Amino acid sequence: MSTSNGISAAAPAARIPGEKGSGRGFTVTAWVILITLSILWLIPSLWAMKTSFTDNGVSALGAPAILEGWNLTTDSYETLLRGGDIWNWYLASFVTGVLTVFLSMLVCTMAAYALSRLEFKGRRWAMLLIVMGVMIPGNVLIVPLFALLNQLSLLGTYWAVILPQVPQVIAVFVFKRFFDGLPKEFEEAARIDGASYWRIFRSVVLPLSRPVIAAMSIVTFVGVWNNLMLPLFVLTNPRLMTIPVGLATVQGSFGQRVSDIQASSILGALPLVILFLIFQRQVVEGVAGSGLKG
Amino acid sequence: MSTAPTNATGPSVDSRVEGRADATDLDRRRASRDVAIRPGTKHEARAGWMFLLPFAIVYVLFLIWPVIYMFISSMFNTSLVETGLGSFAGFDNYREMLTKEEFWKSLWNTLVFTAFTVPPLVILAFVLAVLANRVRRGQWFFRLAFFVPFILPSAAIALIWNFIFTPGTGLWNSLQSALGNESPSPVLGTPSLAMLGVAVTTVWWTIGFNFVLYLAGLQDIPRELYEAAAVDGASQWQQIKSITIPLLGPTTSLVILLQIIASLKIFDQVYLMTGGGPGLSTQVVLGLVTNTAFTDYRVGAASAASVLLFIVIVVVALLRQAMEWFSARRAD
Repeated sequence: MSTSNGISAAAPAARIPGEKGSGRGFTVTAWVILITLSILWLIPSLWAMKTSFTDNGVSALGAPAILEGWNLTTDSYETLLRGGDIWNWYLASFVTGVLTVFLSMLVCTMAAYALSRLEFKGRRWAMLLIVMGVMIPGNVLIVPLFALLNQLSLLGTYWAVILPQVPQVIAVFVFKRFFDGLPKEFEEAARIDGASYWRIFRSVVLPLSRPVIAAMSIVTFVGVWNNLMLPLFVLTNPRLMTIPVGLATVQGSFGQRVSDIQASSILGALPLVILFLIFQRQVVEGVAGSGLKG
Repeated sequence: MSTAPTNATGPSVDSRVEGRADATDLDRRRASRDVAIRPGTKHEARAGWMFLLPFAIVYVLFLIWPVIYMFISSMFNTSLVETGLGSFAGFDNYREMLTKEEFWKSLWNTLVFTAFTVPPLVILAFVLAVLANRVRRGQWFFRLAFFVPFILPSAAIALIWNFIFTPGTGLWNSLQSALGNESPSPVLGTPSLAMLGVAVTTVWWTIGFNFVLYLAGLQDIPRELYEAAAVDGASQWQQIKSITIPLLGPTTSLVILLQIIASLKIFDQVYLMTGGGPGLSTQVVLGLVTNTAFTDYRVGAASAASVLLFIVIVVVALLRQAMEWFSARRAD
C-alpha cells in the first residue's frame, strides 16, 4: 500500500544516476582507506608472528633475513613451553584474574542492587561518593596503595594484586543502569511469596542480568590480565610474576634470542586473542558500555 | 511500620470468623504483600546497607583511603625504609618538586605525549569508524585489525615495537635503508625521536577503544536521517558533514576526555620501551613518581608529585563538566 505514496517513490532517489557518481567515488575511497590502514595495523602482529617462527640464528641477522627466511620452525615455542617460566606467569595471571573477577562482580552487583532497588537513608550520599570515584585515576595511586598493602602485610601475595582491583566503580554504574531497566514485576511476585532481598537478588535479579555480568566480567578480566603497574611493584616475589611482569623481564634475559622474545609476546597475548574470538560481542559491548557509561 | 502488623492480623481474624479457607489465603497473601512492599523502612534500609557494605569496604580501603593517604604523606618525610609517616615536612615536598628540573621535564614530556597521541587517536578513530560503518561489510575484519591490539598487554605490545625499532637491523630502520637513507637514526635511542616512537606504539595499541566507542555512537543515529538526506540529494560527504559529525558531538567530547586522561597517566610504554631515556627525554610524571618511591624510597616526595598529576587530571575532568554545563545552558 505504500507503493502508491510519494515517500516510497522517492526512496530510490538515492540511486538516481546523478548520485551514482558521488556514491561510488565515496565507496571506493572508503575501501581504499580502510584496507590500507588495516593492512598497516596488521603488519606489526604479522611481523612478530613471522619472527617467532623463524630460527633465532636467522632472526638475529635483522629484518631482511627474517623477510626472506622461509625455513619456519616452532623451536622458540617449544623452548618457552618446556622452559617453565611462562606456565608460572599464566598461572599467576589466571588465578588473580579469575579471583578478582569473581569478587568484583559479587560486590559490584550487590552494591548496584542496593542503589537501584532499595530505599535507605544515605543512598544519595553513597551514590555521590561512588560517582566521585570515577574521577580517581587508578595508576596515580600506586605509591599510597603500596604503603597500604605494606601495612596490611599483603605485599608479595596474590591478594595485593586482587583486592585493589575489586572495586570497579564503572561496573557498579553499568549494573545499576541495567537493574533500573529491569521490570519490577518478578521481584514483586517473589516478595509476595515472602522471599528475602538476598533471595530475590540471587534467584531473580542475577539470572536476568547474565548478559551484562558476562560482558563486565570479560572486560574486568582483560583489565586485570593486562595490568602491569600494580603487580610490577607489589608482587615482590619473582615466583608470582604475572604475564605482563614476566614479559617485561624477557628483553633483558633473552638478549639476542629475538625469535624467543617475539614468541613470548605472542604467547602472552594468545589467551586474550582466543577470549576475543569466542566472546567477540561481549568484549566489544563491554568495552563500549563501560566507556560510554563511565 | 506500625500499621503493618494490624493489617496482617486484622483481616485473617475476620475470615476465621467466617470460616472460609480461600478468603483466609487471599487475605494472608494481601497482608504479606503489604508487609513486603511497604515494609518497615528499617528492614529495607538494613538490607540496603548490607548489600552496599562489601563494596563500600573495598572502595573506601583501596580507592578513597589511598587518595587521603597520598595527600597526608605528601606533607611528611615518609620513607619506605621506616615505619609511620616520618617527620612533618609542610610544603617542602611540593617546593622540591616545583623547583626540580626533572619534575618540569617529565610534566612537559607527559604533555608532549598527550599532544602527540590525542589528535590521531581521536581523528583516526572517527574516520575509521565512520567509514567502516558506511561500507557495512567486513566489520569483523576491521574489528580484528583495529580493536584486538587494545585488549593485549602493554608488555606484549612493547616487545613487538621494541623489535620493530631495533637500531639498524629492525623493520623500521631497514625500511628506511631500503628507501635510500644510508644511516637511519635509532628511533628509541634518539632524544628527539624517542617520544614519537612511544606515541606511534600507543596509537597502534589503543585506537581500538575509540574506534569501538565511535561505532557504538554511530548506531544511535537513526537511519531515517540519512535516508531523508539522500532523498534531498545530499551526497555521502554532505551527509557525514551535516549529520554524522554534529550528532557524534557528545561521543567526541567523551572520547577526547577519556583520551586526554589516559595519555596523562602514561607509564607502561615508557617503562617498557625507553625507561625514560635517552637521558630524561621520555621521562613522564608517573615514571618520576615510581622512581622517587621505589628507587629512592621517598614516599613523601613521590606523593607530592602524584598529587600534582592528580590535580591536573581532575581539573581536565572538571573542565569538561563545566563545558558541558555551559553548552547545555546555551542550548536552552
